Amino acid sequence: MSAPAIEILGLTKDYPVGFWRKKMRRSLDNLTLQVEEGEIFGYLGPNGAGKTTTLKLLTGLIFPTAGTARVLGKSIDDVTMHREIGYLPEQPYFYDYLTARELLDYYGHFGGLSKVQRRERVAQLLERVGLASAANLQLRKYSKGMLQRAGIAQAMLHDPKVVFLDEPMSGLDPVGRREVRDIILELKKQGKTVFFSTHILSDAEMLCDRVAVLAGGKLQGVGAPEEIVSLEVHAMDILFELREGRSLPAGLAGQVTTMGGRCHMEVPESDLYAALEQLRHCEARILSVSPVRPTLEDYFLRLVGKEKVTSHAVEVAVR
Amino acid sequence: MSATPMPVAVNTFREAVRDRVLYNLVFFALVMIGAAILVGQISIGIDRLVIVNLGLSAISLFGLVMAIFIGVGLVSKEIEKRTLYSLLAQPIRRWEFLIGKYAGLVLTLVVNTFFMTLGLAAALFYVGRPFVRTDAVILVSIYFILLELALVTAIALFFSCFSTPMLSTLFTLGIYITGNFASDIRGFGDFTKSPGIKVVTRVIYYLVPNFHNFNSIAEASHGESIPLALVGQNTLYTALYVALLLVAASAVFSRRNLK
Amino acid sequence: MKRPSQTRALWTAVIAVPLLFAAIAGLQMRIDGEARSATKQKEDLLLRTPAVIKKMSFGYDSLLADIYWTRAVQYYGTRLATKGATYEQLWPLLDITTALDSKMIVAYRFGAIFLSEKGTAGAGRPDLAIELVKRGIAANPDEWHLDLDLGFLYYWRMKDYASAAKAFLAASKKPNAPQMLAMTAARVAEKGGSLDTSQMIWSEIYVSNKDPKIRERALQTLQGIKAAQDQLHLNEIADEYKNRFGRYPASTSELRSAGFLDGIPVDPLGYPYVFGPDGKAALNPDSPIVIPQDLNSLAAPKQ
Repeated sequence: MSAPAIEILGLTKDYPVGFWRKKMRRSLDNLTLQVEEGEIFGYLGPNGAGKTTTLKLLTGLIFPTAGTARVLGKSIDDVTMHREIGYLPEQPYFYDYLTARELLDYYGHFGGLSKVQRRERVAQLLERVGLASAANLQLRKYSKGMLQRAGIAQAMLHDPKVVFLDEPMSGLDPVGRREVRDIILELKKQGKTVFFSTHILSDAEMLCDRVAVLAGGKLQGVGAPEEIVSLEVHAMDILFELREGRSLPAGLAGQVTTMGGRCHMEVPESDLYAALEQLRHCEARILSVSPVRPTLEDYFLRLVGKEKVTSHAVEVAVR
Repeated sequence: MSATPMPVAVNTFREAVRDRVLYNLVFFALVMIGAAILVGQISIGIDRLVIVNLGLSAISLFGLVMAIFIGVGLVSKEIEKRTLYSLLAQPIRRWEFLIGKYAGLVLTLVVNTFFMTLGLAAALFYVGRPFVRTDAVILVSIYFILLELALVTAIALFFSCFSTPMLSTLFTLGIYITGNFASDIRGFGDFTKSPGIKVVTRVIYYLVPNFHNFNSIAEASHGESIPLALVGQNTLYTALYVALLLVAASAVFSRRNLK
Repeated sequence: MKRPSQTRALWTAVIAVPLLFAAIAGLQMRIDGEARSATKQKEDLLLRTPAVIKKMSFGYDSLLADIYWTRAVQYYGTRLATKGATYEQLWPLLDITTALDSKMIVAYRFGAIFLSEKGTAGAGRPDLAIELVKRGIAANPDEWHLDLDLGFLYYWRMKDYASAAKAFLAASKKPNAPQMLAMTAARVAEKGGSLDTSQMIWSEIYVSNKDPKIRERALQTLQGIKAAQDQLHLNEIADEYKNRFGRYPASTSELRSAGFLDGIPVDPLGYPYVFGPDGKAALNPDSPIVIPQDLNSLAAPKQ
């Protein structure tokens, strides 16, 4: 098995807070994680969980308090590693007096391409992200969605092996999101590794080979989306109709929601037959019985709910 | 990767142009035109003297303002506007970025000064004197002004790496003023009886950049020559001090966390 | 298409801004008018110490010198036009100018004439003028003009003919000095003050200066000297007349009729000379020419 594309070992980041900067706030706690080459890896977690912190640590914008990480075998300290990666920051800001073409051309200088190659690559990328018509417009005139696309273009500029995307879908309309999803899939087809953080769990479910969930600076779980949610209990959903004049029997086994004339009842799998029996008693008309598809969202919300009980920001004692 | 600072320098220059910084040249031109026309009225026999004084002083002052106000934002503005995030993820070292920003501003100052020199020459021409050989000293004076600006820019850049624009401006101005008074501070120390104060003032004298080394406007306007040795010394002094500041700035900036 | 509120704002500005500017200008004139009276006007230079000013100029001292020079010239000009004005600030202004730029020759020369000038046209301080010019000579040892001015000061204002001759001699030895300076030095050493020597010196002042005010002063003085010379000449002729006719002539036309003169002599401004009741020639009462008082005390050198 080849070396992992991204290797994170015990990565920790503390920030000094408070007026005198004596207290430390731990925004990332002992993260250990591996991402294989060619994976699409989703990085999930609520706001403030430490996702952006992780990405900034990996791209050398901030420095770890403890722990190490390697990307494609090179330490995150090594600036030459940046030749193989692309990074889309969360809410990207670019030099607003440049046009998209000029921005890409500027960054292109760092990739060691000749002038001609640079020009071609820039044109290619602008086409790919759908900015060809706005290429000569100054970035200050761009909408949020257009900026996002420009950001993706610059992340792909050097044909990187690993692409880091921080909330790539943010600010995009459904068409844009679809395009980004296509780009990500294309990158995977090209054998690249994509590491992206997102809130949109359905995207993660759809795209990712594996996901990691972060909350309160700590890693909560890693694995394929189905694996993670399979830890949760399955439930069954019964769709039924009540006969005229009949009302719901008391003491039903599961939760009932009514919409129009139809009712949904959710029961744990083990209680399925008991619930069906109850309905049979009141002569309800059964329309369908199907398993409740467990979603990442449920998992997520349950996780965050748990997290809210223990405090969000863990304060570490002054050293 | 030694050519990496170049695109940064070019982009910094481009930013200055697009920010319409060079429009100050229009103002300068107006000042010089006004002076050229009026000077004949008020200063008989010394019109050339006044134009050179005014022109060189304006070049120096405008340049100083530019060096400080743009300089203090070189790094801090990029952090504040968050444009630095995607840039530093590129294969560029932090010191390469700093050198590029520095070179870009110095380039802007050189271009600006070049056009101003043309304006000064035009004003002199208008006043009716043909150019004489002693005018070469004006060019030396302009070179000294550029050296001074390069030094001030380096100071501003250094502060920009860790301080807000407001504070950086105050610090940079403070050092500039102290540097102009450096010889007086030392003289004061020599004058007192306390050995402690003597030592302190001596130390200050050698630490602070001695801007009075670059004062040459009076010589230029009177057409006196400036010794070649001084030109060499000032060039070396500036080079050493700028190197010091850039090294210090790199050290500070390379450990900075970009929140 | 502009919104109505935008056009309204624009028009308001177009009308109000010039009006407000006019009002502000009018108010400023009012404020200035209050302080118009020269005798009451408090004069004060905020900073009087040249050394301090030079320190605070950060290498822009040459430009500051130009500014102070301009102020000095304007100061003199406005005082000259005001009745009853004094020139107390002229010395400090020139002092600071030359401290900031020791090579500004025009400042020394201006001071030489107008610091020393008595009466309503100057500060009446020849001692300060001499100090200023000496400073100028020390800083500019090759400038013969300054030695000329020093010689002028000793000759015309101080009647110190020995020092004057020394200064003229020193001037004559400096680069590009005109020939007449050596000659003047010799004459002054030998004969002291005389009309002819005065005329030579003031002519050189006129020729060697570009400042219009100095030239005007020199011209006026030269006219006065010429009038004095003419007077002398006319008195000689009048004496001859008296010898012949037993009395002084009553007018120049009498002299002409008697054949002593070819025409009616006029002063440099064209006014005919007249004879006073004492038989001495005098300027026409309409003539603006003034014979310099300094001529009265011209004497032979102290031996």
